[in-house]
Amino acid sequence: MYEFEFEKPSTVTEAVAALADEDAQALGGGQTLIPTLKQRLAMPSKLVSLSGIAQLKELSGNGGMLTIGGAVTHAEVAAAAAVSYPALADLASHIGDPAVRNRGTIGGSLANNDPAACYPAAALGSGATIVTNAREITADDYFRGLFETALEEGEIITAVRFPVPEKANYQKFLQPASRFALVGVFAAKYAAGVRVAVTGASEEGVFRWHEAEAALDASFAPDALDGLSVDAGGMIGDLHGSKEYRAHLVGVMTKRAVAAAG
Amino acid sequence: MPKDNGIGASPKRREDVRFLTGAGNYTDDINVHGQAHVHFLRADVAHATINSIDTSAAEAMPGVVKIFTGADFAEVGGIPCGWGVTDRHGNPQQEPRHPIIAHDTIRHVGEIVAAVVADTLEQARDAAEAIELDLGDKPAVVNMGAALADGSPKVHEDLTSNLCYDWVFGNPDDDAVQAAFDSAAHVTTLELVNNRLVANPMEPRVAIGDYSRATDEHTLYTTSQNPHVIRLLMCAFVLGLPEHKVRVIAPDVGGGFGSKIFHYAEEAFCTFAAKACGRAVKWTSTRAEAFISDAHGRDHVTKIELALDADNNFTALRTNTMANMGAYLSTFSTSVPSYLHGTLMAGNYKTPIVQVNVKTVFTNTVPVDAYRGAGRPEATYQLERVIDKAARELGADPVALRRQNFITEFPYETPVALTYDTGDYVATMDKLEQVADVAGFAARRAESEKNGKLRGFGVNCYIEACGIAPSNIVGMLGARAGLYDAATVRVNATGSISVMVGAHSHGQGHETSFPQVVADMIGIDESMVDIVHGDTGRVPFGMGTYGSRSIAVCGSAMVRATEKIIAKAKKIAAHLMEASDADIELKDGQFTVAGTDKSVAWGDVCLTAYVPHNYPLEELEPGLEETAFYDPANFTYPAGAYACEVEVDPDTGKVSIERFAAADDFGNIINPMIVDGQVHGGLGQGIGQALLENAAYDEDGQLLSASFMDYAMPRADDVPFYQVDHSCQTPCTHNPLGVKGCGEAGAIGSPPAVVNAVIDALQSGGKNVAHIDMPLSPARVWAAMNG
Ligand SMILES: Cc1cc2nc3c(=O)[nH]c(=O)nc-3n(C[C@H](O)[C@H](O)[C@H](O)COP(=O)(O)OP(=O)(O)OC[C@H]3O[C@@H](n4cnc5c(N)ncnc54)[C@H](O)[C@@H]3O)c2cc1C
Repeated sequence: MYEFEFEKPSTVTEAVAALADEDAQALGGGQTLIPTLKQRLAMPSKLVSLSGIAQLKELSGNGGMLTIGGAVTHAEVAAAAAVSYPALADLASHIGDPAVRNRGTIGGSLANNDPAACYPAAALGSGATIVTNAREITADDYFRGLFETALEEGEIITAVRFPVPEKANYQKFLQPASRFALVGVFAAKYAAGVRVAVTGASEEGVFRWHEAEAALDASFAPDALDGLSVDAGGMIGDLHGSKEYRAHLVGVMTKRAVAAAG
Repeated sequence: MPKDNGIGASPKRREDVRFLTGAGNYTDDINVHGQAHVHFLRADVAHATINSIDTSAAEAMPGVVKIFTGADFAEVGGIPCGWGVTDRHGNPQQEPRHPIIAHDTIRHVGEIVAAVVADTLEQARDAAEAIELDLGDKPAVVNMGAALADGSPKVHEDLTSNLCYDWVFGNPDDDAVQAAFDSAAHVTTLELVNNRLVANPMEPRVAIGDYSRATDEHTLYTTSQNPHVIRLLMCAFVLGLPEHKVRVIAPDVGGGFGSKIFHYAEEAFCTFAAKACGRAVKWTSTRAEAFISDAHGRDHVTKIELALDADNNFTALRTNTMANMGAYLSTFSTSVPSYLHGTLMAGNYKTPIVQVNVKTVFTNTVPVDAYRGAGRPEATYQLERVIDKAARELGADPVALRRQNFITEFPYETPVALTYDTGDYVATMDKLEQVADVAGFAARRAESEKNGKLRGFGVNCYIEACGIAPSNIVGMLGARAGLYDAATVRVNATGSISVMVGAHSHGQGHETSFPQVVADMIGIDESMVDIVHGDTGRVPFGMGTYGSRSIAVCGSAMVRATEKIIAKAKKIAAHLMEASDADIELKDGQFTVAGTDKSVAWGDVCLTAYVPHNYPLEELEPGLEETAFYDPANFTYPAGAYACEVEVDPDTGKVSIERFAAADDFGNIINPMIVDGQVHGGLGQGIGQALLENAAYDEDGQLLSASFMDYAMPRADDVPFYQVDHSCQTPCTHNPLGVKGCGEAGAIGSPPAVVNAVIDALQSGGKNVAHIDMPLSPARVWAAMNG
């Protein structure tokens, strides 16, 4: 690691101020950032830890809306959302290993927007709202490609608001080494329509599979997807699977998600 | 009644108390007063000329003690290769210089280009970033076939080509072998890849060099499986130091799997630099460095052909293999694809004609060397895959085809130079069929099919040759070392015993199993015996631990030394009881005179040896300490049969291992629990190779799977609960314990069982898939099904 300053503010306002310094960076659970620093792939002048800000640790549900603070850990979501939003809790409970789940945060995951991460699929698949210190961003506007988001420099995710669907499920097909998603599909049925978000597969990052959504709007059943497929063209091809394989898995995992959602 | 003490008992591993409670003393736990830290600047390109290295800015950085480049090592030797193979034309292998630090040329990603020694590790890393390198691009040689093609760029300009050697073994007469194929009723051919692996022991490598100006003595603390081998190679070939001035200590070592056998540049560097800097120098590998600097394993590409007569008897076997050496010859690299592989090609079968061809190839990749099984897994995999394919082509039952061709009479001389002393392959196969519940398979398959899964059953046999020996024969084959081992049994005055052994325990449980033997021989409690290992300053010259040799070779030395102790102790007892030593018997720690009620206890005899007041001093030296060196008469030949049952998800290609059964013949067994554990671990690694692990390079020589994000290690939920049986025991005929070794069997025997099972599953689902190269990742299985 290179040397850096460290601050641990207790309010969002203080954190935003601390992040105004050039090359200052927010620290969530550190599960992505700390390994990056250890490999000297990043050189922030200052780390601003968000874990001391009580507001970012809040988790509340009412009126079909689940609001999760930006610094809430995966393990906390897994426990707290088990009843209110089981598909989301299940997703959180399968991220990484216990150490990752006890440190890693929803804000960190969404800010990082790893193309194989799980939360982006849940946020996009739920039509969530990403709340920052400055504004509210809909999931449809938030994700901008691999590791790219709508966040501005120094902007902090303070909360994520998830509308709770009638039914939903997340199917994650494991990349054998990292156990991130080789392909992950989040399917959710709302009164307003079905949303299907796919992670792990596309060179553009998490995306909505609109044809599947339309088919499932007509009939929320696995068979409705028969004959549908995504184009292998834009898929990721690497050591762990070809473009064609990933395109195929998108179909299989979507069917399974719909079947499991019931 | 299971025994609770001595040979055959299963006491819990005493070393686990410290390992599991954080009280182990690993090399990285050692800190020498005043030590500096080294950071190695490693090549990030696979092939380049080094036009210049400018270290001046780096030298001025805070904390920097000294910066070394290749020029600083121009006067010392290179890393030696421990085995010289003679090729099919009688010529020696091509052997390039293997520098401690790259001099003019970089030959693989990860090669050391400069070494920065500084007060702290972070300072060393900071300074390394200030080193300016001017490199000239050279094309990377990665693919073995391309490396051997005419006009290929060369990894070493001073060699004639990228071929290390072209070796033939078994029947050298190409025409005679071809004639056997021409007259065969059926020939099965299979081309396959034995995937390249990274050993990934839990503890990465560490080296600390220390030097005393006062005594002119060097100490190297290192994560090694064989400290005496490191001392010999480093002193005699690299640094030119007298061995009595160098002590090599390998304390607790957190797994090796072969990768810690070899003498590495970092060890020689730290030893050298400690004197040059006037301070101890410490290096701890990061996991990222381990991926590109620990020797890799396997990496063979093979075409194998099996000829059968009209009655399905094997009549001839021919193999053509390319084996990757990487950029340089690591310590035992050249022996692995030759003598550790070719000699095993007969397997458990009485095939009369066997011809093995191996071409070893230099590429711009990390050096490749022994990894758990070393050559024997590669041999077993090809053979057991081609037999399975033959069975399928012939419509024969794969188990029956194997049984029909089993060697059944012992000793058996193979066409590839080995003499199997004992074995009973029918018995292990019988046992396997029972343990694996073959009878219940059809019902289990039906159940899987109900759930939309394809279920497959795969079986294979294996034989391994352990405890390479005898030294005079292996010397003729090119080994540049002896392969004996040594033990000193030091009895203390009050009867407790320290046994100094040349074997090194880094997960094998020697600290538990070795004392069981000595305690059993004398008839005392195991708690009275400890072993000492891993320190050239404390143990006799031994060759260390690899090749499942420890109990068979070092254990035999320990038995011999203990026999000498008992013989001498009997003389002392005879003196004390005024009897003839021929009449003395030792049982349960008591010496008795046959036919009388006279007795004297072990402890009294020991005390007498050290307090020799009533003692035959004119005939017998005082003290009770004996050393034995043991050079085995032959290899040992553990063998067995394995069965794997898998389910394949036809929608995704995902394989899950539902059952795995192993029936091994390890000869006599000292500690059955430890043997179970060794087999379990080996199976885990074999399953890892079969389904998950893959060290893949791109065409530029960059390792694509250079971290655990892309290199898939087996996890607990990737492996099933194993059914392991080792009740079939044909004791080794030529070592005193009748033991054979068990450390590698699991890794050798499991990959073909897994692949055979997956192919069986796919065939049962109507998919005409004859072969899939390992690892059988979901993507590969799916591609094969839909190919
Ligand atoms: C072994 C391992 C396995 C994993 N497996 C999975 C998996 O299966 N699925 C999966 O989805 N993820 C996985 N992860 C990633 C894990 O979920 C991380 O925790 C997550 O991606 C980052 O969250 P963090 O809180 O640790 O963020 P950090 O590492 O602290 O930060 C990551 C980035 O986000 C920024 N940031 C952090 N918090 C905020 C915030 N509130 N507002 C704005 N920016 C912020 C940081 O500045 C940094 O740029 C794994 C990680 C590891 C180490």
